[in-house]
Amino acid sequence: MSIRYIYPEFEVVRNENRCIACRVCERQCANEVHSYNEEKNVMISDETKCVNCQRCVSLCPTRALKIVKSDCTLRENANWQNDTIKEIYKQAGSGGVLLSSMGNPKPLPVYWDKILINASQVTNPPIDPLREPMETRVFLGKKNGEIERDENGNLKCSLPPQLELSMPVMFSAMSYGSISYNAHASLARAATELGILYNTGEGGLHEDFYVYGPNTIVQVASGRFGVHEDYLKAGAAVEIKMGQGAKPGIGGHLPGAKIVGDVSKTRMIPEGSDAISPAPHHDIYSIEDLRQLVFSLKEATEYKKPVIVKVAAVHNIAAIASGIARSGADIIAIDGFRGGTGAAPTRIRDNVGIPIELALASVDQRLRDEGIRNTVSLVVGGSIRSASDVIKAIALGADACYVATAALLALGCHLCRTCQSGKCNWGIATQRPDLVKRLNPDIGSERLVNLMTAWRHEIKELMGGMGINSIEALKGNRLMLRGVGLNEKELEILGISHAGE
Amino acid sequence: MKRVYVNEEWCLGCHLCEYNCAFANLGLKDMADALKGKKIFPRIHVEGDEKISYGVSCRHCEDPMCIKSCIAGAISKENGVVTIDRSKCVGCLTCVLVCPYGALAPSEEGTMQKCELCVKNSCGEPACVTGCPNKAIVYEERG
Repeated sequence: MSIRYIYPEFEVVRNENRCIACRVCERQCANEVHSYNEEKNVMISDETKCVNCQRCVSLCPTRALKIVKSDCTLRENANWQNDTIKEIYKQAGSGGVLLSSMGNPKPLPVYWDKILINASQVTNPPIDPLREPMETRVFLGKKNGEIERDENGNLKCSLPPQLELSMPVMFSAMSYGSISYNAHASLARAATELGILYNTGEGGLHEDFYVYGPNTIVQVASGRFGVHEDYLKAGAAVEIKMGQGAKPGIGGHLPGAKIVGDVSKTRMIPEGSDAISPAPHHDIYSIEDLRQLVFSLKEATEYKKPVIVKVAAVHNIAAIASGIARSGADIIAIDGFRGGTGAAPTRIRDNVGIPIELALASVDQRLRDEGIRNTVSLVVGGSIRSASDVIKAIALGADACYVATAALLALGCHLCRTCQSGKCNWGIATQRPDLVKRLNPDIGSERLVNLMTAWRHEIKELMGGMGINSIEALKGNRLMLRGVGLNEKELEILGISHAGE
Repeated sequence: MKRVYVNEEWCLGCHLCEYNCAFANLGLKDMADALKGKKIFPRIHVEGDEKISYGVSCRHCEDPMCIKSCIAGAISKENGVVTIDRSKCVGCLTCVLVCPYGALAPSEEGTMQKCELCVKNSCGEPACVTGCPNKAIVYEERG
């Protein structure tokens, strides 16, 4: 083999005793790993093309397939690990930037897993959520600082626009283009049924989905794709995307191959043209500039909709958030460094940004210290994996969480992290019609509703255990959290005590 | 009456329905054992190409042509389900000729067979429906 040859990462193991040569694996693999040898009546596989998406494994009717990590290995080296060396080989061959998808897979600390939740014992009784009412509803938006009355002593009801969520979770931004029509349909239908919101991402809103407007956040990003007056007015809120956790500081690039048909129409750009979102918004170089865009969008939507500003969690996030709060935004969304993406340069995804737990704690504290916490709601995302992550985020000071990777997993994603290829075998990150139809939104939306319903039950159980019957009472309640295995500085930033204290 | 319907919008052309059908009607426990190295004789057939595909099986017509045409009186209707008594079938293929859906085909033994909605095997619900990975085949009442 040549110097360019890299041994395949995975091996397709076929149990020949179980394989009935039905060719389902062959028909289902867009990467063309499997093929049928008619002469011998056997299936054969080309492992070099396998991305380990598990589609064939899941659909094989006789459970004859498994995908395993190849044990063909280079000589062990703690410094020069296999993956590192293979990346060098790839770059030496291509001269290009390495691309990756979904969230940062590196073994960096996950603070959620080092935080534990309290429960009531003896002196403060826990609550049984199956017997007593539990409130998981939250309202996002600017809150008034004080109660005001008119000259007759009547309350002045001048609350700025709010978003009502049945539970403190929303589906975060994934553009139509990066994900398929059916994935969007699933998210939109599930959000509507659940009484939460989903987010268009920066690709505009397909005309079929305007009916889900009351449960839609419409996004305005640096490329301004698909932004027009009706679009802004269609949603429940408008989100300005300044950054994304998976790739802070850089823009986006949806290849022309994915700009086909309705994607092109929805984005309002010609078919086949690359959709390039610049790294900065070219009209925003200061908080004052941001304020102008915030108020332009408020003006366009007649001050009826909250404006969200989404940023990636980076080093000075507390100061940045303070600036955003003062720019007039109603909600700040912060995306941690583990957030997913449809494609990002590997080096950026794996090395830029900070953990959402630390960003959230420091932002909440800073806004409280400055006395402006009530002027904005805080939404956090970037790998919220479970109901307990949601509870921990709320207790650290978030008003709600954004989830996307978990939602995609519910839709069938197996985290093979090759979205950038556009050949998603699960019909999610692709625009190929034969692949898109693999995701039936009847199934997709039902699974999303199931997932969120399950999380809601768990949230209630966890709250009940703490003796809390309303999510509002948990918000910023850091006394409910304890750290394990964290150093003084980490505990200080998180604003929590160590377990045992 | 509940019938098997195919939503071609969601059919992936994976052909799993054919294998599930063949397996269901063999009455064996393990699919690998049942179908390994064998030619299958399913009662549903996937038609179409890469762009559009759909499974075709018996429509259980109100006024079935196959019943009228059967020279041996092997085909009849039981509770709305068009069934075939293979002990009576003489293999003349007339039903194959007249069925507008191509829903009848010879079995391994040569007698005709057709979809009987899994009422004669132990599946309960039709096996093509339960096994469809994308809900492209449904079993429901339609007006």
